[in-house]
Amino acid sequence: MLQEHVKIVQFISLAGEIVGRKKLQKMVYIAKKMNFPFQEKYKLHMYGPYSEELTLRVEELCNMDFLSEKKEDKGSYVQYTYACTKEGRQFLSTMAGNQPSQDKSIEQLNEKSSRFLEMVSTLIYFDYLKRELQIEKLHSVKGKLNLSETEIEEAFAYINDLQMYNLS
Amino acid sequence: MTYATQKLDEEKVFKDPVHRYIHVYDQVIWDLIGTSEFQRLRRIKQLGTTYLVFHGAEHSRFNHSLGVYEIVRRIIDDIFKGRPEWDESERLVVLCAALLHDLGHGPFSHAFENVFDLDHEKFTQAILLGDTQINAILTRVSPEFPQHVSDVIAKTYGNKLVVSLISSQIDADRMDYLQRDAYFTGVSYGHFDMERILRVMRPRHNQVVIKESGMHAVEDYIMSRYQMYWQVYFHPVSRSAEVILTKALHRAKELSLSGYQFAYEPHHFKNFFNHSFSLKDYIALDEGIVMMYFQEWMDEEDKILADLCDRFVNRRLFQYIEFDPAKDYRKLVELEQLFKEAGINPEYYLVFDSSSDLPYDFYRPGEEDERVPIHLLMPNDDLRELSRSSDIVQAISGKRRTDHKLYFPQDLLKQDAEINSVKKQILHLLSGKS
Repeated sequence: MLQEHVKIVQFISLAGEIVGRKKLQKMVYIAKKMNFPFQEKYKLHMYGPYSEELTLRVEELCNMDFLSEKKEDKGSYVQYTYACTKEGRQFLSTMAGNQPSQDKSIEQLNEKSSRFLEMVSTLIYFDYLKRELQIEKLHSVKGKLNLSETEIEEAFAYINDLQMYNLS
Repeated sequence: MTYATQKLDEEKVFKDPVHRYIHVYDQVIWDLIGTSEFQRLRRIKQLGTTYLVFHGAEHSRFNHSLGVYEIVRRIIDDIFKGRPEWDESERLVVLCAALLHDLGHGPFSHAFENVFDLDHEKFTQAILLGDTQINAILTRVSPEFPQHVSDVIAKTYGNKLVVSLISSQIDADRMDYLQRDAYFTGVSYGHFDMERILRVMRPRHNQVVIKESGMHAVEDYIMSRYQMYWQVYFHPVSRSAEVILTKALHRAKELSLSGYQFAYEPHHFKNFFNHSFSLKDYIALDEGIVMMYFQEWMDEEDKILADLCDRFVNRRLFQYIEFDPAKDYRKLVELEQLFKEAGINPEYYLVFDSSSDLPYDFYRPGEEDERVPIHLLMPNDDLRELSRSSDIVQAISGKRRTDHKLYFPQDLLKQDAEINSVKKQILHLLSGKS
């Protein structure tokens, strides 16, 4: 019970601190696609795959004081930073049982920029398509990002690395 | 004249309690409605288990799909037509997408998806693009047309204005279901002045915007969403029914995978249990079939499956208490242990339910969120995000309100509780007096 909450707290705890709601969304999506057992459902939104369930789950966990949310006004936008609290760590020690620990892969995801993860997660979202069609879709839904060929190549290389890691 | 532009000899109308009439002029739309995949939606209820609380809520995805189609038809034929931002050549694709957007829903959508780890949107795509009657009709328009309709529904279509009619924070889908669900549940929330909203909608490059003068009608719509969620969609008794339905399906799956010999074999579910189902298997399922199995399984030898099915069919629902997981998660571990000691499997009879399990799309103004906010079109032609002008919307937008409940079979716990000290202890813990 509460296992879906446990997974999110554990993920953020392993990541250390996640800066940005968008980044958190993309990290969980990529981890899920790499077989981390998240149940949250994703749909394509403005910045790529997005889960309303994850947004609500994180809000719940902040209400419960298992996660902290720091809000910073950046002028044109507000940035949110998430971390696991002392209460969250106590919650994990009681409820986590044998949850898998994949700190390295999660840390590595967290080192990437939000823009990069947005591109990677969108490409993965269209992974049922051939590479050329994936790129076409990426341009069609992410036109505003003005992505260069080099960036896209880098994203594909990263996806290959992720598949080799096989987070599960 | 091509099939895409072919009109019916005579307009067809459906009487509808929400929109009064639904008008069909296009041959393609009429043909789509007649397909077996679309007719199947008559057998999928719009609100799943809510009919066990609001007895009128027996309306189907079929009703709703026609309603969404009608709203979009009115927007593009009555409001957008002739405006330079609207491309009339998109008319048919958006009408088809509106009509077909819910095609992939399975029986008791949410519970079914949860148990079998499915996503109805993927099945909508599969029905549009696979070997189906729907696909045959769409392909008659043009070979690329099924993909275009699919792209609109999946929000990957190039023309974002078209997408926003079906899927945005103020779209035809929400406008229909709020009014329809309010009508059929009989509640007084959920009503708003849709006529007014339609009249003040304007097409812009990549989204629908609302003339500033229509702000109060939109406020009403946002309030309706808020109230309908807490009063209808997340009703605790309806959640109890869904908890039981989900657990019954889980039990059937567990039994099947462990080799249990059913008295009434779950032929329709076998491929779902093994995760090896085809599109044909999926389309073959509807709520009538699920209910038939539940009726039969009430006599199964497995006591848990029989009991859960009986509870669902005969509305013997679980009791619930408010539960604060932040304060009481340790109590949950204790309760699980006590349930086991009392011989009641906590996996099926002690269920924690959160509002995040049934997400509600709060209006979010867009701060680092992923949704295009609702924009007001100001008299000087500027766009202004709704909550910056509306105090009412600002007061409720993006506010955190969460809800957690613990569900359990009180009748089972009360049986022999006077002589069973473990059950007594469980009831004491659940009473919140400890």
